[in-house]
Amino acid sequence: MALEPVQVIDPTATARHATTERRTARFLLTGIALVFLALFLVLPLVSVFVEAFRKGPAEYFAAFSEPDAQAAIRLTLLVASIAVPLNVVFGVVAAWAIAKFEFKGKAFLTTLIDLPFSVSPVISGLVYVLLFSSQSALGPWLKSHGIEILFAVPGIVLATMFVTFPFVARELIPLMQEQGTTDEEAALSLGANGWQTFWHVTLPNIKWGLLYGVLLCNARAMGEFGAVSVVSGHIRGLTNTMPLHVEILYNEYNFVAAFAVASLLALLALVTLVLKTLLELRYGAELRAVGGH
Amino acid sequence: MDVRVSGVRKEFDRFPALHDVSLDINSGELIALLGPSGSGKTTLLRLIAGLETPTEGKVFFGDEDASLKSVQERNVGFVFQHYALFRHMTVIDNVGFGLKVRPGSSRPSKDEIRRRSSELLDFVQLSGLEKRYPAQLSGGQRQRVALARAMAIEPRVLLLDEPFGALDAKVRKELRRWLREIHDKTKHTTVFVTHDQDEALELADRVVVMSQGRIEQIGTPDEVYDRPNSPFVYSFIGESSSIGVQIKNGELRLDGQALSISSDRPDGEALLYFRPHDVDLIEDSNGGIAGTVVASRRVGATRRIELRIAGVTDHVEIEIPADHPATETSRIAFRPKHWRVFPKS
Repeated sequence: MALEPVQVIDPTATARHATTERRTARFLLTGIALVFLALFLVLPLVSVFVEAFRKGPAEYFAAFSEPDAQAAIRLTLLVASIAVPLNVVFGVVAAWAIAKFEFKGKAFLTTLIDLPFSVSPVISGLVYVLLFSSQSALGPWLKSHGIEILFAVPGIVLATMFVTFPFVARELIPLMQEQGTTDEEAALSLGANGWQTFWHVTLPNIKWGLLYGVLLCNARAMGEFGAVSVVSGHIRGLTNTMPLHVEILYNEYNFVAAFAVASLLALLALVTLVLKTLLELRYGAELRAVGGH
Repeated sequence: MDVRVSGVRKEFDRFPALHDVSLDINSGELIALLGPSGSGKTTLLRLIAGLETPTEGKVFFGDEDASLKSVQERNVGFVFQHYALFRHMTVIDNVGFGLKVRPGSSRPSKDEIRRRSSELLDFVQLSGLEKRYPAQLSGGQRQRVALARAMAIEPRVLLLDEPFGALDAKVRKELRRWLREIHDKTKHTTVFVTHDQDEALELADRVVVMSQGRIEQIGTPDEVYDRPNSPFVYSFIGESSSIGVQIKNGELRLDGQALSISSDRPDGEALLYFRPHDVDLIEDSNGGIAGTVVASRRVGATRRIELRIAGVTDHVEIEIPADHPATETSRIAFRPKHWRVFPKS
């Protein structure tokens, strides 16, 4: 529902631009923005690739053939493939509850969802150490049942999930609140049950926001360092994720390999962006028709 | 399908939205719930639909207690104020939605859904727009899609919330006539909510006037217009003027003068209500209400004048023929043709 264009009363005003800044001021402002972008976004990204290819493509690709690097990549993919879907489910459920229903403690729940954003990732990791370490209350029980959480994959998944929990929910709550509940009420009045209403009405209404949330959540899940670093134990080939692997290589002055693995993470960010742009191009018409995100 | 609302009370967080409302709707009737905002009319409509549950009281569809049923089970066609069309579905998918989500056994085949949806779009005069998305339609077209979608489920009752609220004046009038035609063809029991008295009076078989969570009056358009049963209805529907009067021995008096209007109300202060256009001008002020013209303006075919009347604080409006010679400061006397006397509250 586009707004009607405002009628221009003064005919001479049509020739004027919407912005009235002088030419020099315009160039200056645009220039500052471009320099800023180049310095803080493009340059670091480029330098990652430059460093990675410093000794040629052979060295670059050698960094990935190393078993520890491959183990780190596999672990990162594994952790993301568990943490992201679970967080999508939790995020959608939490957003649905908060946006579409009234209940006691709603404000508290909203704050709780934001908690991982406000807590330092290192603290998040420490919380799990305190919960599951052998000195903790749970520790002996876990040990006697042969369940390994700390310094193992479950701990890394838990820490990653905790840190990335708010992404999907945060993206969806304002969107769902803005859309209100009349679409759902319409679906119910037409005889749809709760699941059909969610699947055919709510989900399509939020799909672009959800996709964006998933992409962000995934990028963070793969890139998380602090919390994972605390719970992982840095066991090479076993509990090192890609960011941890990068750190180890860097500390060993193995710059090419460090930047090569880092470039893979950077590539992931780029793929995420490209994917999002492509989707928007592909579904652009529908997006506009929907007046979507 | 008869619909009976029986002793329904609704509170939102302790704040009462409806007080003990009862209403019988006959099968095939077109009913308007008319009232200002906050009068509880939309709440009543949503209670009938099952989108709200009453704090007390019951809703019956026929002889069956619908209060125990969910909104899905009630099988009502609800048209929302802003239509609530599904943005991501084409027009024809919107119309077919109610059939598509039926459980397996009662769900028509895909072709059948498509055929019925097309038929309905044809019925609401929107053939050719099947493949459009709601955002590509005008307000009036969206309204029709919403109606077609609601009718697709073969509802027992059709409920419309401010069906013309979001449309401009011209489209409103067209759709109003069109909705009446649709109703006469389909004979659905229909309830619609409006705050526009013209809409209610023109469209409805019976009008339910509501105020502050209560039903003030239920009647045909003629009844609520000609025989309003409360000062609220008198002033809410149509134009009205009122004058504070005294009752003495069953006779109305204004500033000590008898008005030759009798009332069976007990002696004391009262309010005389009448329609500004429904008055007789009289030559001598004896037995009439006389006043000095303080303002006069032409309104369409008539002239509306404001009178200052001795013993009355506010100016009183009446309508006189446009060619009447009265100008400001002239004296005019009149007597209402129809009136009602209400106790002063």
